[in-house]
Formats: sequence, structure tokens, C-alpha cells
Amino acid sequence: MTSLTLVRRIAARPTIVFEALSTAEGVAAWWGPDDLPVLSAELDARVGGAYRVRFQTLDGQQHEAFGECLEVDPPRRLALSWSYAFGGEPEEARRTSRVEFDVRPIDGGAELTLTHTRLANEASLASHAQGWTGSLAKLVGRLGALTANSQKE
Amino acid sequence: MVNYQHRRLDRVFAALVDPTRRAILARLEQEDSVAISALARPFAIKLPTVMKHLDVLGEAGLITRSKHGRTVDVRLSPAPLREAMDWLARYERFWSPALDRLAAHAEAKEREARALEARAGLKPE
Repeated sequence: MTSLTLVRRIAARPTIVFEALSTAEGVAAWWGPDDLPVLSAELDARVGGAYRVRFQTLDGQQHEAFGECLEVDPPRRLALSWSYAFGGEPEEARRTSRVEFDVRPIDGGAELTLTHTRLANEASLASHAQGWTGSLAKLVGRLGALTANSQKE
Repeated sequence: MVNYQHRRLDRVFAALVDPTRRAILARLEQEDSVAISALARPFAIKLPTVMKHLDVLGEAGLITRSKHGRTVDVRLSPAPLREAMDWLARYERFWSPALDRLAAHAEAKEREARALEARAGLKPE
């Protein structure tokens, strides 16, 4: 099991950052990998509340991510389940992952930590997830050469 | 097919959380193939434990084992690792620019809020 963690330091107070995360209007301003307008956004920021965001990518494809709010603790923490209704990558179909946003006050604004966790069978593995990302990256640095070798055989 | 792929990916991630198994993989990336006995030597653990770790790595498809006479050689198998990295890369490509836009959006809202507060501050009531 793994998780992707990204951190941003933002020159805005935590309540404003949290509003950008937890309202349909906020989400519509930034969601998606490409700088294109979000097509539609709904978000009911209560535990068990649903969200649904339809967005497009530069290749012209439409995608729709949906799920529910698992944890809502303004202005500190928002956790969502994540699935693709359509779009996304084929291998992500019918697959649910977990997205967590943690907001903490810092001097001059807020620090936002995103954690996107691929769900595995053993939740207890989560606590170990951090350690291996670096070694994995190092290993993968060698993959090109290794793949070339195995193709030669 | 798709489910098979998911299970395999879960096994890869589960295999990678253990530091000894990561150390074994790191060793294997340095050398093309290593005999199991040589692989066990640097670790303060017994050969059967190493064998268990190799089983986990093997089931995840991260290594292959081949027998040469009385020794068994272990090699790194790169495809499952690449699949794991693809997952991370895909979501990093999704989230990284999205978070940059989120930051820009929140910072614009902060400036608006400060302008409003400043105006309110000029006329305290």
C-alpha cells in the first residue's frame, strides 16, 4: 500500500484554505490536472455527505470523480473517498482510494498537506508507507537499464 | 484482468513496506543476480527468515529465482515496480498542478478578505 503526499505553503489563513477545499465553489476553482474550467462541482461537507466533480483534461476527455466526506473537521482536516464515475485511468475503474487534506496554521498563512492513499487490504501498513517512497524512487531510477537488459535476453 | 492487476499492485506495496525487503531490493539493484546465501549475509537474520522475505517479494513479482546446481540466484524484476511508480506518478500529475491552483485561489481570497478588513478597520463602528 502506498500514499502520495504533497505539501503546499499558502499565504492564506487556514479558514480560507479550508473553504477552498470544502465548498463546491472553492473546488470548482482548482480541481483537475489541467488548467481548464471545472465542468460541475457538488460537495456536501458533512460526514457522509457526497461530492462529485466533473472535469476535463487537455486531451479532450471528461472525467468525473465522486465519493463522500469521511472526516470533516474545519478548518483542520477533510478526508474524502475517491472513485471515478467515468474517465480516469481504466485500471482505476471501480477502485476506491482515500484523499486527505490537512491544514495547519503557519506564520503568514497555512500549510496544506495532501495525502492520497491507495487502499490496501491491511490498513496497518499505512504507518510504514512513508519510509519506502524514497527507496522506491531510487530503484525506479534503474528500471530503464534493467528493462533494457531483460529485453535483450 | 483488472482485478488481478489491482491485487498484484497491492502485493507490491505490501512487499515494499518492510525495511529488510527494501534492503534486499536495493542490493539486487546493484548486482545483476545474487545467490541467496550471499543475500542473507549482511542481515542479522537467519536464512529461513530471508527465504520468507524472498517469498513475499517473489509473490509480488518483484524478484525471480533461478536454480544453478546447488545455488539459487535471485534477480530483480522491474515491471511491478514500474506499475507502482505509475500509480504515484499519475496522481502526482493530477494533484500537483491542482494544489498550485488551489494555493493561488486561496491567496486571492485572502487578499480580498484583507482588503475588506482594512476598509472595515478604517471605519471602526
